Amino acid sequence: MQSLILHTTTRMMIGVLVLFSLFLFFRGHDEPGGGFIGGLVGAGAFTLYAIAFGTAATRKILRIHPITLIAIGLASLVISGLIPMFMGDPFLTGKWLFLELGGSEVKLSTPLIFDIGVYLCVVGFIVAVIFSLEEEPLTF
Amino acid sequence: MLIVIGLIFVTALLAPWIFKLFREKTGWILALLPLGSFLYLLSFMPEIAAGGTITQSTTWVSMEFFEVNLAFYLDGLSLMFGLIITGIGTFIVLYGAGYLSGNEYLPRFYLAILLFMGSMLGVVLADNLISIFVFWELTSFTSYLLIGFNHEQEASRKAALQALLVTGIGGLALLGGMVLMGFASGQWEVSALLNEGDIIREHPHYLAILLLVLGGAFTKSAQFPFHFWLPGAMAAPTPVSAYLHSATMVKAGVYLLARLHPVLGFTDTWMILVGGFGVVTLLISAWLSLSFTDLKQILAYSTVMALGTMMMLIGLGTELAMQGLAVYILSHAMYKGALFMVAGGIDHEAGTRDVLKLGGLRKLMPISAVAAALAALSMAGIPPLFGFIAKEIVYEAALEATLLPVLFITLAVVANIAIVAASAIVVIRPFFGKQVETPKKAHETPPSMWIGPIILAVLSVVFGVLPFLVDKSLIVPVAGSVWGEPLDFYLSLWHGFNMPLMLSLLTLAGGLLTYRIWDGLRESAPMKGYQMVFARFPVNVYDGLVNGMLGLAGWQTRILQNGLMSNYLVTIMVTALVAIGYTFLTQSGIIWNPDFSNVHVYDWALSITIVGSLGIMLAFGNSRLTIIVAAGIIGYGLSLIYLMHGAADLAMTQVLVETLTVILVVLVLIHVPKIKEVRSGVSRTRDGVIAISAGLMMTLLILAVTAVPFDAFISEYYAEASYPLAHGRNIVNVILVDFRALDTMGEVVVVAIAGLAVYALIKMTRPGSSKENKS
Repeated sequence: MQSLILHTTTRMMIGVLVLFSLFLFFRGHDEPGGGFIGGLVGAGAFTLYAIAFGTAATRKILRIHPITLIAIGLASLVISGLIPMFMGDPFLTGKWLFLELGGSEVKLSTPLIFDIGVYLCVVGFIVAVIFSLEEEPLTF
Repeated sequence: MLIVIGLIFVTALLAPWIFKLFREKTGWILALLPLGSFLYLLSFMPEIAAGGTITQSTTWVSMEFFEVNLAFYLDGLSLMFGLIITGIGTFIVLYGAGYLSGNEYLPRFYLAILLFMGSMLGVVLADNLISIFVFWELTSFTSYLLIGFNHEQEASRKAALQALLVTGIGGLALLGGMVLMGFASGQWEVSALLNEGDIIREHPHYLAILLLVLGGAFTKSAQFPFHFWLPGAMAAPTPVSAYLHSATMVKAGVYLLARLHPVLGFTDTWMILVGGFGVVTLLISAWLSLSFTDLKQILAYSTVMALGTMMMLIGLGTELAMQGLAVYILSHAMYKGALFMVAGGIDHEAGTRDVLKLGGLRKLMPISAVAAALAALSMAGIPPLFGFIAKEIVYEAALEATLLPVLFITLAVVANIAIVAASAIVVIRPFFGKQVETPKKAHETPPSMWIGPIILAVLSVVFGVLPFLVDKSLIVPVAGSVWGEPLDFYLSLWHGFNMPLMLSLLTLAGGLLTYRIWDGLRESAPMKGYQMVFARFPVNVYDGLVNGMLGLAGWQTRILQNGLMSNYLVTIMVTALVAIGYTFLTQSGIIWNPDFSNVHVYDWALSITIVGSLGIMLAFGNSRLTIIVAAGIIGYGLSLIYLMHGAADLAMTQVLVETLTVILVVLVLIHVPKIKEVRSGVSRTRDGVIAISAGLMMTLLILAVTAVPFDAFISEYYAEASYPLAHGRNIVNVILVDFRALDTMGEVVVVAIAGLAVYALIKMTRPGSSKENKS
């Protein structure tokens, strides 16, 4: 879309939106947010960029094909489920690792990997659909 | 044994890369795998011969009420089948390398044939009923891939689907039978089940179990009236036919019934059903083999005949029948494997399998000719070959049948006459007589293709002359496993001048006579009619059923999914209205006690906004953009309601989904033409009535639901357990990624599939747009 206002705002907003989506993602376990909501905001950021600058430019900043994002996402889900199986627990049991880094506690866990999978699948899904709809002239 | 099967599966998956490394030599390398498995199984032979059995078990799935174990059980029966599968498998891998040499899909062949080999070994070695079933289904699946190997030919695809449907439906029946059997006896391991025969036989479900298991076995082993799929499966490349459709897979049904004979057998029902279907199959298919001129069709029907013979023996259920079964399975695997491989060799080198277009090949293909001649002599049951011993015991067993011996022996002799003639046809026509001009200039096959047939053929002679090589070590334990208790006997070539020998001479004379008049017989009207009734008609019935099913599916799709969105909505709404409304009115009834005391001003404001935008939709609903924006307002309004009641996550999700939905829908709708009203006034009224009723019902339902006191048990549990168990304070997220992660996983997979589907529908259905997809 040729609009100076939209272009300028999008350039300013895209970074903020992506950061915001990551923020929502990481706080999700304790405060409102999480992989699904974070993924929606992330997808919204790329959707905005696609509307402002077109899909070719969006593909360039995204770098990874949306279908590949979905694939990586699904793989993360499966991996997070398989890790506990190697420790003798059932599929998808939550496994936690608490690290002390610079005085603050960092929680790493298989639910985190799971949530990353959700995030990537949501972003991949919406971006894939937006790209398809934008790029192919639909005729009825 | 788990390691052997696992190794075969892993090698199968690596086969395409192994092929890249070794190219033309891959066959020789991969053949080491079945050879090694063969030797491994062979190492158990002394223990089995001494009357021992071997069990190995690993827990696979463990649940409260039952366990599925990857348990393996080796006794005489499974040892012999295992040796046949790996032994002939070795030759088949080599043979396939020669037969498909230069075929671009050769790596795919190795992949599928090894997968099949692993599955088939699983069927015969597995101890647990459920794991037998899983391996059983895997053989159906891999055989589908192998029959459809030439996937560019419609006939191959059709034959593959036919085999899959017939054996797949049988497989479902088998699963039912096995589950019933497991719950009836409480035993899921075959080795334990073998001692529970009396419980099963006296169980009220015995007949159901028997019929279901027979459904699986008869379809897999191509018994009448399911025999038609096996000749159809000859569309597969010959290595596949030689392996799956003569030596191994089609014997899975025989194996299963032999395995379960001590559990299900020894009743009149068993004898009548198994023996009856067996004898009908052997008679019909033996003579059908004489109505074809294609080598593979002749061999296919003679294989069906052999399977019928095995079923008959299992049905007879006498000690002698068990001995006959053991010998017959071994001898059949050897001669039929060899003959199929030679037939493929002829096809490969001379360019045709039609016996009428072949002749005098013995000078050009001497090794194949020797192999074929020996194998055919064994098939015809001529001394001193192993097939002779087999046929003698079969005749003896039929003569001593406890029920209708005259019928059994007569039918067996009549069928064997046809098989003698068929044996003569498959070896004399191509190899002897005058040399005939063939489509390709024939010469001997490469060593990889003749090594298997010649070894199998020579073994048929060796075992025939020196039967003590296999009797105590293999045949006796096999017969003992099928009988249920150890047996003791020995094999010999010469039984003296007795009834079976006389019948053998009669069979031989009849067979040679039939061969002399074959050309006339084949073309005669009764033979054509016979072929029509028993070979074509079952295929037509099958086609009719499949087409009928497709027709039904098409009809109901046209009715239910006619492409008009408003029709779908009406269907969904009316179904929900009737189903929910009926349950609602009969179970709880209308409860009308609306309580407005907790309703604030902003609740009113929001509700009015939501209803108002609905009004806009209805009033100005002829522009799509207006409708979308109005629908968006409803969504945002709802998210505000969530927020006011403390569901922050839900509200955020709703806002985001609403926003993205509006964008997506606008992207689609830009291209859609203006709304045109296609409904008549009557149907508009009808739709209005349905919409109002649905809304009214939901209102009443919510009133009724909220009138019931709220049970906070689950939400309190999550609130308490969330941090201690899952280290998170946001209950919604903890439930999503931890407590109910499996549900989320399912939902995310749905999202992924939907994404792929949208992508595929929009991007890949357009000509010219496919190039971009690869980016």
